[in-house]
Amino acid sequence: MSPTPPEPTAPLTALRLVIARDLMLAFRRPEELIHPLAFFVLVTALFPLSLGPEPSTLRVIAPGVLWVAALLAALLALDFLFRDDAQDGTLEQFALSGQSLTGLLLGKTAAHWLLTGVPLSVMAPLMGYTLGVPASASLGIMATVALGSLALSFIGSIGAALTLGARRGGVLLSILILPLAAPILIFGSRATELAIRGEAYLAPMELLGAIVVLSFTLAPLAAAAAVRISLE
Amino acid sequence: MTWTWFHRLGSPPYIYRLAGRLTPWFAWSAAALIVGGLFGGLLLAPPDYQQGDGFRILYVHAPTAWLSLMVYTWMGVAAAVGLIWRIKVAHALAAACAPVGASFTAVALATGSLFGKPMWGTWWVWTPRLTSELLLLFLYLGYMGLRASFDDIQRADRASAVLAVVGIVNVPIVHYSVVWWNDLHQGSSLSLAGKDTIALSMLVPLLVCLLGFTLYFGAIVLVRLRAEILLRERAAAWIREVLA
Repeated sequence: MSPTPPEPTAPLTALRLVIARDLMLAFRRPEELIHPLAFFVLVTALFPLSLGPEPSTLRVIAPGVLWVAALLAALLALDFLFRDDAQDGTLEQFALSGQSLTGLLLGKTAAHWLLTGVPLSVMAPLMGYTLGVPASASLGIMATVALGSLALSFIGSIGAALTLGARRGGVLLSILILPLAAPILIFGSRATELAIRGEAYLAPMELLGAIVVLSFTLAPLAAAAAVRISLE
Repeated sequence: MTWTWFHRLGSPPYIYRLAGRLTPWFAWSAAALIVGGLFGGLLLAPPDYQQGDGFRILYVHAPTAWLSLMVYTWMGVAAAVGLIWRIKVAHALAAACAPVGASFTAVALATGSLFGKPMWGTWWVWTPRLTSELLLLFLYLGYMGLRASFDDIQRADRASAVLAVVGIVNVPIVHYSVVWWNDLHQGSSLSLAGKDTIALSMLVPLLVCLLGFTLYFGAIVLVRLRAEILLRERAAAWIREVLA
């Protein structure tokens, strides 16, 4: 009796497995999780050092500082999104697996957000507090940074995939992604500013949500196309 | 009706010869229109009642700003065509567009800032429109940077094509930023649907300049396209025939 061929893995199961794999890999090398967070704290700390510790000044610039620092920290982490998997051939296996490459990259990007975006959004209100932001704004800051970093992870996955085969990928990645990330920064810092002032911040959050939906649906397709090009 | 004319557009030798034949037409009509438009705009049109003669930089600023967006759209469409149907000539066209578009964007920024100094009293204000134009410049630079970072021209073509298609999303954002954030920057003077907010004696030279600069872009991009085709096909036999 010949053995029956194994059932193909269902797409959602594959997605879950990819996320679980990336989380496990990351937790086995926790120092890589710490780096973006440390970078975020450091960049935020540079502003009081350069502008002086005056709380009234710091409170005014807090939304911008938090967002620029979070954007740069997330960007720093994006460089590692696909690089290891491209080097050890995992991406090649993904492309050959018969699963939708788009779906698998969606999983990788979601895991990346869980590992960088979520910690950043927890850290942001703490750093905001050191800049004189009232603790009542914590929830709003957390929500905006979480949503914005999700959009950034998706848009950034395109850049990370495009620069896989490129020389000097790191600097290039920032030049490719930052112009595309400008709307995230605009709406995100606006929402944070409103949250700090205790006003309703739902309107910019909704625009941010629209960007998340747009990038969630389109970015994995573009990233998959870019990964395929890098494997040629 | 046959589609052979369409298929021929994908053939490098055909495009190379066609571009060579079309270039003088574009170049000469562009030169005539730009000279005529600038003459009308700089000498014939009356000074603006508020802005005096300062507004006249509009005759360079508006066409370059318009082209900065249009060239990006062309680049994105050409890149998408190249990516989807794997047409080498389309990739060559996208590659030819990028430096031209970046130059137009830089000129639009420079003339805008020259215009801003007498009008707003400052060389630069962070209005959304200026910022978007600056971001557009970086999109061009990123595209060119990505191209330059691959040794293999086909990989450069396809990777940068993905980026161009993604960047197309930004072009409407640049355009509608005028609508979204109403601020220092004056709204567009031209609209096809509504009433034009510009006198006819100023408008006609502007339209002539717009058309002239667009044809100029056509001429430049055709020359660049020929150069790109030569670079890509340098090993092909037909090149030796053409250059002989």
